[in-house]
Amino acid sequence: METLIGLLVAAPLLGAGVLLTGGKRLDRVGHWIGTLLALLSFVFGAVLFTNMLGKDADARTLNSHLFTWVPVDGFQADVGFQLDQLSMTFVLLITGVGTLIHIYSIGYMAHDERRRRFFGYLNLFLAAMLLLVVADNYFLLYAGWEGVGLASYLLIGFWQHKPSAATAAKKAFIVNRVGDIGLSVAIMLMFTTFGSFAFNQVLPQAQQASTTQHATITGIGFMLLLAACGKSAQVPLQSWLGDAMEGPTPVSALIHAATMVTAGVYLITRSGAIFNAAPDAQTAVVTVGAVTLLFGAIVGCAKDDIKKALAGSTMSQIGYMIMAAGLGPIGYVFAIMHLVTHGFFKAGLFLGAGSVMHGMNDEVDMRRYGGLRKYMPVTFVTFGLGYLAIIGFPGLSGFFSKDKIIEAAFAKGGTEGWILGGAALLGAAITAFYMTRVMLMTFFGEKRWQPDAEGHEPHPHESPSSMTIPMIILAFGSVFAGAFFSINDRFLKWLEPVTGHSEGDSPVSAGTVTGATMVCLVVGVGIAWLIYGRRPVPAVAPRGSLATRAARRDLYQDDFNHVVLVRGGEHLTRSLVYLDHSLVDGVVNGTAASVGGLSGRLRKLQNGYVRSYAVSMLGGTAVLVAATLLMRAV
Amino acid sequence: MMPLAAAAASQTSTGEAVQFWILGTVAVLGALGTVLMKKSIHSALSLAGTMIILAVFYLAQGAYFLGVVQIVVYTGAIMMLFLFVVMLVGITAADSLKETLKGQRIMAAVCGFGFGILLIAGIANASLDTFAGTGAANAADGGNVQGLAHLLFTKYVWAFEITGALLITAAVGAMVLTHRERTEERRTQRELSETRVREGRQVTPLPAPGTYARHNAVDIPALLPDGTISELSVSSTLRERGQVRDVSGDAMRRLAELEQSSDRWLGRDEPRPAVGSAGRAENNDRAEEGAK
Amino acid sequence: MNPANYLYLSALLFTIGAAGVLIRRNAIVVFMCVELMLNACNLAFVTFSRLHGNLDGQVIAFFTMVVAAAEVVVGLAIIVSIFRSRHSASVDDANLMKL
Repeated sequence: METLIGLLVAAPLLGAGVLLTGGKRLDRVGHWIGTLLALLSFVFGAVLFTNMLGKDADARTLNSHLFTWVPVDGFQADVGFQLDQLSMTFVLLITGVGTLIHIYSIGYMAHDERRRRFFGYLNLFLAAMLLLVVADNYFLLYAGWEGVGLASYLLIGFWQHKPSAATAAKKAFIVNRVGDIGLSVAIMLMFTTFGSFAFNQVLPQAQQASTTQHATITGIGFMLLLAACGKSAQVPLQSWLGDAMEGPTPVSALIHAATMVTAGVYLITRSGAIFNAAPDAQTAVVTVGAVTLLFGAIVGCAKDDIKKALAGSTMSQIGYMIMAAGLGPIGYVFAIMHLVTHGFFKAGLFLGAGSVMHGMNDEVDMRRYGGLRKYMPVTFVTFGLGYLAIIGFPGLSGFFSKDKIIEAAFAKGGTEGWILGGAALLGAAITAFYMTRVMLMTFFGEKRWQPDAEGHEPHPHESPSSMTIPMIILAFGSVFAGAFFSINDRFLKWLEPVTGHSEGDSPVSAGTVTGATMVCLVVGVGIAWLIYGRRPVPAVAPRGSLATRAARRDLYQDDFNHVVLVRGGEHLTRSLVYLDHSLVDGVVNGTAASVGGLSGRLRKLQNGYVRSYAVSMLGGTAVLVAATLLMRAV
Repeated sequence: MMPLAAAAASQTSTGEAVQFWILGTVAVLGALGTVLMKKSIHSALSLAGTMIILAVFYLAQGAYFLGVVQIVVYTGAIMMLFLFVVMLVGITAADSLKETLKGQRIMAAVCGFGFGILLIAGIANASLDTFAGTGAANAADGGNVQGLAHLLFTKYVWAFEITGALLITAAVGAMVLTHRERTEERRTQRELSETRVREGRQVTPLPAPGTYARHNAVDIPALLPDGTISELSVSSTLRERGQVRDVSGDAMRRLAELEQSSDRWLGRDEPRPAVGSAGRAENNDRAEEGAK
Repeated sequence: MNPANYLYLSALLFTIGAAGVLIRRNAIVVFMCVELMLNACNLAFVTFSRLHGNLDGQVIAFFTMVVAAAEVVVGLAIIVSIFRSRHSASVDDANLMKL
């Protein structure tokens, strides 16, 4: 069984290797190879899962040590895997949703001549993400972490002929680097503090050392939070996510649902022991999560680009998860549960958006959609189910998982609990608003289609079955996953041995929370219907209020980055360049010039005449004799 | 260090002193000659003289073996090697003693004087009032040669072996340095003659020296039918050095004499103008001697 | 007379030889001057041997001679090959060793 863990990672990695080095002769079969290997990986995952189910709840962790990667005295990095319930959940999500997205991409990328390369990158993405979740130490996790960063860079910039895509890829890569610094610093701190990277060494020690080395562990926690912010697009490192929509839509689905942004949640949940031992870091985590969930939701309200609206929603939903993970043992399980259900409905939503774009000549502006429900029935139904799931319609999966998080936020207790719970409720209302807005603008109302740049009138049509089947499967997940997980607290029992769980003492009852959520839901949907459902939607965006304009500009996050970081950096480098030119170059050039002048004179001594050299020798000998005599005289 | 022998002396014999002052002066003169003589062959001879005097000094100081070796190896072998090379490189190439490098002579003088003064001061500073003499050391092994052999094959045997390796290396090195590999095939006689015909220069063999002359020495050029000399008939080395003996005037003079005597015999009175230029009559005295 | 006079003579000869090396341009003469310096050293060694009353100085002088012989062989070979290629025995003509 342990071997299967390695094969799990190796299958998509092999696919990436074969597809990226295979050359043009694989063009015809490349997408099948990529999809089959992803499916194979999913099969391995399923086999491991059934095997794991057959075991006792406390003995489900599988360990597999492959080899010692870096054996240096006192510094040992192993390549080893650890598959417990947490990793298993991720493995199934990644390979399952990943395989569906592969299948979808076969249709979606059918006309792209670089499809083989696309599938190679997708496989690489899967392999890196799987490595990240099955690693048994932070060092190997870091390798997967960087692999995810690389693959996301390659995929976001896949249409590199578009300057905006190339820029977006660079932006994602650079912002991720900031987070990666956090992870690497955290790993270094772990090594100096605990002398190891392995989960089974670091985490128990962190628990014990919480009193003795409080400051260090808090530092590690903050660094891990920085890393999670980078990968999961949390404030303040969120700016890359919106631009990442420049990638092909399946990539957006993969990034948002299965792979990249979930890595931060995984990291925080996996490092739960560290955060439990560092309450300050935990407070920072919940703060980041709460701020991001509102931030993303507000941004999502103003976007006319369907994918960017969904990106804002992702940011917001990941904010929920991060906040839940920051709540400690009360929230870990619900963070992961929401992550899984979100994986289903967000992937479905993105694939649906891709399907809409596919039918609308790659138009992304929702103001030019409208009335599409008749032309794309399958897309409409699956997208609609995803929509109901994300706003938390009772009985659908989002309802169960989001409700639990809101409950957990209140269960935090005290003022903090009230603030977090209020933020979560407000987020739920805004989510209902902007998702309804997307739904109404896209599928309802009258047609607002416009010819594209080449003058082709759009002819909306249903997408091929390779695209609709994954959407249908995901819609099933969106509908039933939450209920399946919640009945008898299945998910809680499954994950509890790894993450631990405590109920907390909520000041409000579960029923009250559910009721409040329902009220928020209705309010959000109602406002959206008032604005976008009752009245026709203008084809050109109105100027809007100050708040709308701010939200359209992503609440000025890019402007902030530009003013503070880019300008600041420019001024810093300019002054450094000036310093370099005047001071450093002055010293260097001065030295060089004086050495040059001196050597110009000294080289005259080297006139090539043996007799001149002989004079120097004799002179030197005379000096030596004189020195000897003087020494003797003294 | 061996302790100074009990029978330490402070003065040498008067005979040695006299010999030192006379021969020492000559040695210094020889050394100066080596440095200052214009022709390298003179330098070599001056150096040989100095070396022989040094051999005498070795003998006087009880270094009998070295004295003999100095004469045999240095004066006999090494100086002969020098003379060979001097001959090979060009005996007549007299050096100009004019200095061409700026400041070289001043620097040489300063360094040389400074160094000499330092050396002499150093020696004067040392306490050399008494000396042990080599007598006892020579007697210890039954003679100077035996004593040296004893040291060479015991204490200095390693250095001695190394010296052997050095000599072998030097011999091989000298051969490598002076040996020249022929890079092209030697041209045959046929090829050489074909080249001569093709280039149109001197198709016939060069004239032999002494033709149309009574002398057959190599430095006497052959005469052409008009009585002038053929430059080609003497070696270019002799031509370069200006050592060609022109005897063309000789033959002309003899012809004139013959005609004069026949005139006298026939009773003609009016004298004829002399044949042959004055410029060519460098060796007139010789020619006259030959005539007698 | 004190045998130290031999040392003075030796120093004098050495200095004359050194001056010759510096002044003369003909490689052969320069080489002869080097030999003169070596001989001056030998005289000093032999005299030291006499002053100390042991034969080590003479052995060193012997080695000097052997090394000098080897040096002469190689040195003259070099002079001959330089003369062959450059048609000159002047040490100033071989001044390629410069910038």
